[in-house]
Amino acid sequence: MLLAIVVNRLAMALVTLAGVAVVVFVLLRVVPGDPVAMMISPGAGPADIAALKAHYGLDTPLLTQFWIWIRGVVTGDFGTSITLHVYVTDVLASRLPATIELALLALIVAVIVGGGIAIAGTLMRRTPGEAAIDGLNSILLAVPDFIWALALVLIFAVALPILPLTGRIDPALAQGFATRFYLAESILTGRFAVAANIASHMIMPTLALALPLAAVIVRLLKQSLKEAMTQDYVLLARIKGFRELHLVLHEALRNAVGPTLALTGVQFTFLVGGTVIVERIFAYPGIGNLAIDAVINRDFPLIQGLVLLFGLIFILINIGVDLSVAALNPRLRHG
Amino acid sequence: MEHWSPTTIIDESPPPPSVAVRLARDPKVACAGGFILFLIVLAIAAPLIAPKDPLAQDLLMTTVPPAGFADAAPGFLLGTDGLGRDVLSRVIFGTRVSLTVAFVAAGLACLIGSLLGLLAGFFGHFVDTLISRLVDIWMAFPPVLLSILLVALLGTGLHSVIIAIVVIDWTRFCRVVRTETMGQAQMDYVVAARTIGFARPAILFREILPNVVPVLIALLTLEMGIAVVVEAILSFVGLSVSSDTPTWGGMVAEGRQIVHEAWWVLAAPLVALFATVVAFNQLGDGLARSLDPVLRR
Repeated sequence: MLLAIVVNRLAMALVTLAGVAVVVFVLLRVVPGDPVAMMISPGAGPADIAALKAHYGLDTPLLTQFWIWIRGVVTGDFGTSITLHVYVTDVLASRLPATIELALLALIVAVIVGGGIAIAGTLMRRTPGEAAIDGLNSILLAVPDFIWALALVLIFAVALPILPLTGRIDPALAQGFATRFYLAESILTGRFAVAANIASHMIMPTLALALPLAAVIVRLLKQSLKEAMTQDYVLLARIKGFRELHLVLHEALRNAVGPTLALTGVQFTFLVGGTVIVERIFAYPGIGNLAIDAVINRDFPLIQGLVLLFGLIFILINIGVDLSVAALNPRLRHG
Repeated sequence: MEHWSPTTIIDESPPPPSVAVRLARDPKVACAGGFILFLIVLAIAAPLIAPKDPLAQDLLMTTVPPAGFADAAPGFLLGTDGLGRDVLSRVIFGTRVSLTVAFVAAGLACLIGSLLGLLAGFFGHFVDTLISRLVDIWMAFPPVLLSILLVALLGTGLHSVIIAIVVIDWTRFCRVVRTETMGQAQMDYVVAARTIGFARPAILFREILPNVVPVLIALLTLEMGIAVVVEAILSFVGLSVSSDTPTWGGMVAEGRQIVHEAWWVLAAPLVALFATVVAFNQLGDGLARSLDPVLRR
């Protein structure tokens, strides 16, 4: 039953999230590094320090701090950012849409590019074209998003200076938005010039995140497609006179896509994790870039909120993958 | 590979060549392994090979382009950076940090991860539940964020970088070794060892461990490539070793700042990183293929 899977997975997810909360909390407290020392002005006396500590609840015992924090988290209160002086939930809410747009766009690009190349490779099987795809892909499989991002900087900053290197949108255009989903909103409201500007900012970070995933999709999907193409139902369709492209797209793909879907889901969590460094490289204002700032500034409440948010996103993706795999595979539905 | 098929029993083909011969014949392993040996030589003999002092600044010779480009200066094959330091020498010295991290961090992650994986897979029950839960929790952290967080808390430096990589990546080994061990623990030879009355640690380390090693070696090689990238990322964010030590990640970060004036400062370490990561990956792939009895056929 799908419902049983959902309930089971949600229960497991809660345990994992609680574990993440404990680990990050302990990590921040056990390892030395005083957030108050980072934020006081040079002239502050012991009284000022004590007052600041009291203000952020840092003067209470660890267990009390943990209890206060967890109680807040459960009620949706993640505390106040020490450096930004606003609610952590507000900061996260204002930055998350940028990362969601980036990650989803990268996922779509990866599926289109990876799927397209896998299908092309299947059509070209046992030709030099397939060997070229395999050879190149085995190298590209090793290249992480960090190296892609910098290679793209090199290409588009030096050889082909047509794309903006940093940011999400031209500041002059970043007005009149009702939501923080700039790309989706500008497309839906028909402001295509603005959408084009946002897209030009997103090309490089999107590619950097999408290409490693695309390489994984190429390898697995092509393998599954080639196996499916040797099956009897494909032979039957071929005898019926369908063309090769039809065989791949309508007969083989439907049966071969399962494993790729499952793996893409798992790899999507890596993609989301990759936003941390890729957003940094392109100064893209999402939660990944925010996370590095939070760590460097030792903004404990913000770090805690961000880690929990990432953990939640990872777990939700995994549950989504399990559900879609189960929904697509009748044998698993009753497992 | 858990099941005996009739073909494995009546296999009359000539005995396969030894592992070493097979490895040397594999072009992937030979090329990638050769390149990594070359890097090891570079790292050890860096002071002898590097044409210049990697730290020597020359403010009259800043952002000199590589040989062959207009305004290139003799003696600076790959040009100079924003402080007039020789890019080639810095790339050569950068192999030291990258390879140290690759071998030490990946080795320790392998040691700890596989030990926990062996325990989880062999003992099952409570031990397995505990370790698997821990892995689940770990997997819910974005790895780059966790590594940055750890190094920020531990303080910058090579030690912190290595600790951070070990703390994050032991799960990769743990998951694979656990699954392998569970498979091996069902095999007849383990049952036989139990029947003879071998102690459990003896079965685990003398019987099961050798059969898990091939998978482990391939995984370890892949992890070395990952460790090189993580170190570069930490250097890029400014959290790795101090700026007196040339690192590829640190060079990449400087190059990123001045990419419009001096693209080679970014390009040179980036190519080095790319080649190293690809080499470790191809080596791991080749090793997996050569050492895995199933893939070998």
